[in-house]
Amino acid sequence: MDVKSLSKELLLDMYYKMVLIRRFEEKLVELYRIGKIPGIAHGYIGEEAVAVGVCSALRKDDYILSTHRGHGHSLAKGVDPKYLMAELMARKTGVCKGIGGSMHSTEPEVGVIFSSAIVAGSIPIAVGVALAFKMRREDRVVVSFFGDGATNRGTFHEALNLASLWKLPVVFVCENNFYAISTHISKSISAKEIVDRAIAYNMPGKVVDGNDVLAVYEVALEAVERARRGGGPTFIEARTYRWLDHGMYYLGKYRPDEEVLAWKQRCPIKLFKERLLREGVVTEQELEMVDVRVLQEIEEAVKFAEESEETDLEFAKQFVYVR
Amino acid sequence: MVVREITYAEAIREALREEMLRDERVFLLGEDIGLIGGVFKVTQGLYEEFGPERVRDTPISEEAIIGAAIGAAIAGMRPVAEIMYMDFLMCGADELINHLPKIRFMTGGKLKVPAVIRTQCAFYRYAAAQHSQCFPAFLMNTPGFYIEVPSTPYDAKGLLKSAIRDENPDIFIESAALYRVRGPVPTEEYLIPLGVADVKKEGKDVTVFAFSIMVHVALSAAKKLEVEGISVEVIDPRTLNPFDKKTLIESVKKTGRLVIIEPDHKTAGVGAEVAAIAVEEAYEYLKAPVIRLAAEDMPAPFSPKAYNAFLPNEEKLINTIKSLVKRSK
Repeated sequence: MDVKSLSKELLLDMYYKMVLIRRFEEKLVELYRIGKIPGIAHGYIGEEAVAVGVCSALRKDDYILSTHRGHGHSLAKGVDPKYLMAELMARKTGVCKGIGGSMHSTEPEVGVIFSSAIVAGSIPIAVGVALAFKMRREDRVVVSFFGDGATNRGTFHEALNLASLWKLPVVFVCENNFYAISTHISKSISAKEIVDRAIAYNMPGKVVDGNDVLAVYEVALEAVERARRGGGPTFIEARTYRWLDHGMYYLGKYRPDEEVLAWKQRCPIKLFKERLLREGVVTEQELEMVDVRVLQEIEEAVKFAEESEETDLEFAKQFVYVR
Repeated sequence: MVVREITYAEAIREALREEMLRDERVFLLGEDIGLIGGVFKVTQGLYEEFGPERVRDTPISEEAIIGAAIGAAIAGMRPVAEIMYMDFLMCGADELINHLPKIRFMTGGKLKVPAVIRTQCAFYRYAAAQHSQCFPAFLMNTPGFYIEVPSTPYDAKGLLKSAIRDENPDIFIESAALYRVRGPVPTEEYLIPLGVADVKKEGKDVTVFAFSIMVHVALSAAKKLEVEGISVEVIDPRTLNPFDKKTLIESVKKTGRLVIIEPDHKTAGVGAEVAAIAVEEAYEYLKAPVIRLAAEDMPAPFSPKAYNAFLPNEEKLINTIKSLVKRSK
């Protein structure tokens, strides 16, 4: 994609969101290690270009559905980091009022309609949201994010079949980071390529370099516009890599050091930054200003979360039913 | 008020139709519900009247049916999904249990999930162990959705209309064995509030707690016992969640005896919960132990001879009540 065809505002926003996700996740690891974040959490470091590339192709009133590894998606779609941080720290001010935790971020106002922690669990729900849009003749689009492992669940196959059958405005984004916890795709996926699974559901499938934010953006834009025009679903396989372990704990050695190193050398933020400077569309100083702004925001988010009240049982009880 | 006799299936169809006319957000989805009006003909005629957009035939994909209903509901629609047999709820169990009842809670109340999942327990169809199950206790043990178990056409219509309008997810459990049962239903619109039990028959000697098909067994038994001088009160909870403890407790306090007849398995079944409530909240009023009559703790057998003995019946209920009254005079 030609960088010069994009507005500087958009490019700086993409850079901002990628750095925001990176610093947010680094802070998560730091706080988790000192016991300030309870429960389980999954980091998105290394995969930032996928969330940012896809969400940059969406309107504010388009919806995304996310997964257990969802902080990146939420931040890319516009969730305020202070509400997400407060959620991770189980505070009443969190995006889910400290009831959902790390894996269920939801902020419909900016288009994060739901995040499920069951692998593939949110895919049929995305199909239902898209059905609602279609039935109401709204030109809104839904993006369903999931990982490579999700494509092995029956739920995934039922949902893709239905979406294609009913020509719904949904874009399926598979973040292929090659490992479902420790299991490499070569040991779990019978298809030659994950993207081939789209063929069975009669929808276009695209493979994209998930570490190149502009490449992701370009593919997503096309899929989103197709869905918006009534052309039905598209399947995108974005190949990327998670730098951290599956969760916050070391689970053992299942990836070769050279592989991890090679992917780290292709850091999505570094690649984007180099390209922006090389093409001369932004200055180093402008990027530094973004870096500083992000650091401030993260500090403010932590402060906001720590000063917020912890969620207690009586408070939580009121959200089980609508009475 | 004009009242006519219609079947349970017709009452459900009327509820669906009226709500679809009233609110354009209401739509139906499920297997074979459109073109042929459902395998039990409950939705017959609705496809012709409302078209394929609002009466959607789906593939055999229970996860996708329930998941799509959830998605449409959180995006502002009022889906009513049909799962052909209660057994098949388990084919969609991830969406049914891990998602449907938890989404509102997990999102701190940001989302509402006003979806209705209609299904039915196929009693007396002799369809063997995968087409005969009734597991409301499992659902009762899952907080986050409401559960309706209507026994009559009147209740089915009023409860379904309330369930569709309600902002919470609902599991609406019908029975194929009741679809042809007739009963009085007013032509005027009415709603039945969720969580209010119905005293199907008043009595003073013994309380019989029954739901779904067992209400009819209890009423028939009560009629015969009346002749023998035993006055039976029949309590139909109508919804298992919310559960109307008050009506149950008041009845037990009055009669001092409680017999539960239920079409689900005995161990950890609905009756176990009901008995526990009675013991916890009306212990000093009980003149006799609480007795449960339930389906045997085994999968449903195919053989009609075996199946008929597998479910509790009127004869067992009558004998149980007689001996209970006798020993606690």
